[in-house]
Amino acid sequence: MSSDNDDVARRDFLMVAAGSVAGVGGACALWPLIDQMNPDASAKALASIEVDLSPIKDGQAITIMWRGKPIFIRKRTADDIKAAQEIPVSDLPDPEADTDRVQNDEWLVLIGICTHLGCIPRGQAAGDVHGDFGGWFCPCHGSHYDTSGRIRKGPAPKNLAVPPYKFLTDTKIKIG
Amino acid sequence: MSDHSSTYEPTNGFTRWLDERLPIMRLMHGQFIDFPTPRNLNYLWTFGAILTFCLAIQLITGIVLAMHFIPHGDFAFASVEHIMRDVNWGDLIRYTHFVGASMFFLAAYIHMFRGLYFGSYKSPREIIWILGVLIILCMIITAFMGYSLVWGQMSFWAVTVITNLFTAIPIVGESITQWIWGGYSVGDPTLNRLFSLHYLFPFIIVALVALHIWALHVVGSNNPTGVEPKTENDSVSFYPYYVIKDSFATMVFALLFAWFVFYAPNYLGHSDNFIEANPLQTPPHIVPEWYFLPFYAILRAIPDKLLGVVTMMAAICVLFIIPWLDTSKIRSTRYRPLLKPFFWLFVITCLVLGYCGAKSPDYRFVEMADTQKYTSKAAAVSAKEEILSKNKHADLEIIESINSKEITYDLKNTKFKLTNQVLSLLLTFYYFAFFFAIMPIVGLIETPHKLPGSIAESVLGKSSADKAQ
Ligand code: HEM
Ligand code: FES
Repeated sequence: MSSDNDDVARRDFLMVAAGSVAGVGGACALWPLIDQMNPDASAKALASIEVDLSPIKDGQAITIMWRGKPIFIRKRTADDIKAAQEIPVSDLPDPEADTDRVQNDEWLVLIGICTHLGCIPRGQAAGDVHGDFGGWFCPCHGSHYDTSGRIRKGPAPKNLAVPPYKFLTDTKIKIG
Repeated sequence: MSDHSSTYEPTNGFTRWLDERLPIMRLMHGQFIDFPTPRNLNYLWTFGAILTFCLAIQLITGIVLAMHFIPHGDFAFASVEHIMRDVNWGDLIRYTHFVGASMFFLAAYIHMFRGLYFGSYKSPREIIWILGVLIILCMIITAFMGYSLVWGQMSFWAVTVITNLFTAIPIVGESITQWIWGGYSVGDPTLNRLFSLHYLFPFIIVALVALHIWALHVVGSNNPTGVEPKTENDSVSFYPYYVIKDSFATMVFALLFAWFVFYAPNYLGHSDNFIEANPLQTPPHIVPEWYFLPFYAILRAIPDKLLGVVTMMAAICVLFIIPWLDTSKIRSTRYRPLLKPFFWLFVITCLVLGYCGAKSPDYRFVEMADTQKYTSKAAAVSAKEEILSKNKHADLEIIESINSKEITYDLKNTKFKLTNQVLSLLLTFYYFAFFFAIMPIVGLIETPHKLPGSIAESVLGKSSADKAQ
């Protein structure tokens, strides 16, 4: 009788042990197969660029590529800055002060990808529409961004993202 | 599978030898020759065969295309053009694959509405139905991935918009999206994996189709009356009756297919896809292929990003549970007078949703407005102020128009408008109400028409059916 019970307990233990080894082993083997899809070393290597800002005039904007994404760099006019700083932060759909989004009031650096579903908003070229708030307008589903790149109207949930960057000199920044 | 295999007689030495080792001929004979099938199936029941035909066409043309296609961001677009211009018969093969995707969805949607109308999802056919929903899900994924391979503007931006749906997932959305991209945006690694998976998925579909037909052959086909066969008199053997009927229908379908391939191959496509992908410029109006339009309309109808994505997924996934949402014991809508109008309204809803998906979100289906002409901007603005002072909710717009002589300012006062956004939302509401409210409630309160006593009776009339017994 007692030896029967021992047998059951032993078999249970073996089942659990074997099951755990197989489970953990399987999970460990799966990880490389999943992780291989993440951005690889060559994608990460492209991760930083330097941009010379000196040719950009007041009110002008340029678009450059960083990690396959368009980066909007805009030299804001005094009016742009005023409009961005005047509006009470609490009135915004995604509240964020203009001063938290720039390192230097004149220079606005943004990832130019609509936070709704990833289209490129218009408003970079001189003749473009700028939307109702003087910044950018996304034609895909109608999101309006202001002169700080913040969402003001439309389906996009968030402000245009600010990429990591730093000023190397007064007229040169490094993105990434 | 059931025991319909016994009439198989191997006719020569080889088949006898084979039958003792691998009774595959016996299996085929039982399932596709002798198989008893309700005698009253109409042409809507031929779409299963038509779908099998479509799947075969996609596999054959796809494997051939893959011999010439280059899954690399710099070469994909050019390689598709190379297929079109240089490869022997390349244009025919590519157009067949491209039109084939549309034909496949056309047949699949008819097949699904057939199942919905005749209650083919009800016990004991739930598993057949669920496998079908899995197949349409895989088809959607496959067609989306295939479309991306062309690497034109529409391909690129469709991939961008659809992969960005995953960013709606809280917290991990961003990492999942980058994992799908294999980078920080849609690019070369993305294209390469989409190609790999576009090659894989059709074979998953083949496996699902095999299970679908297996499950079908366990319980047998439903039929337009929804009454199960009771006597031998209710069924006929699959061969020759349905082999001929299915073949004939497939031929007719192939004529339509061929008409598109030879006379209007690009009719169902979008001209922006003849422009190579440009990550710096979004086309002014992104639309998916026609077969995704209803789902796209549902996605855009909901103003919240996460909720929009969830609703769109739910629109397909709700199909998994309808065997349990429908409370009626009667299968065929023929005998369900109360459900019938709701069913047709549902069909119309799906079609109009497709139309909404093709139009821009602020398109106005109905608009009633007064327009007043002014010659100076100041006059138009002051008129606008005046109306606003009386009614601060007035919907006013000043439209500047320039013709050869002068500039005029039209003050448009919109009294009533039905925008795409609002209509899509109403239709989305009905789409879900049909499953979650109408199906359960109608089944409980409806008095169905009297069902025929048997399939034979419905075909031959009562007296001759009795005689034939
Ligand atoms: C369930 C079946 C399938 C569906 C619904 C489907 C759908 C599609 C679609 C919509 C396209 C874009 C067509 C265009 O714009 O020209 C496409 C392209 C492509 N498909 Fe498929 N496909 C299927 C099966 C296959 C298979 C089995 C293969 C090969 C193994 C394949 C290989 C390709 C290739 C190489 C392309 C890109 C070339 C082109 O643009 O024509 N497909 N597919
Ligand atoms: S992607 Fe910009 S509004 Fe939808």
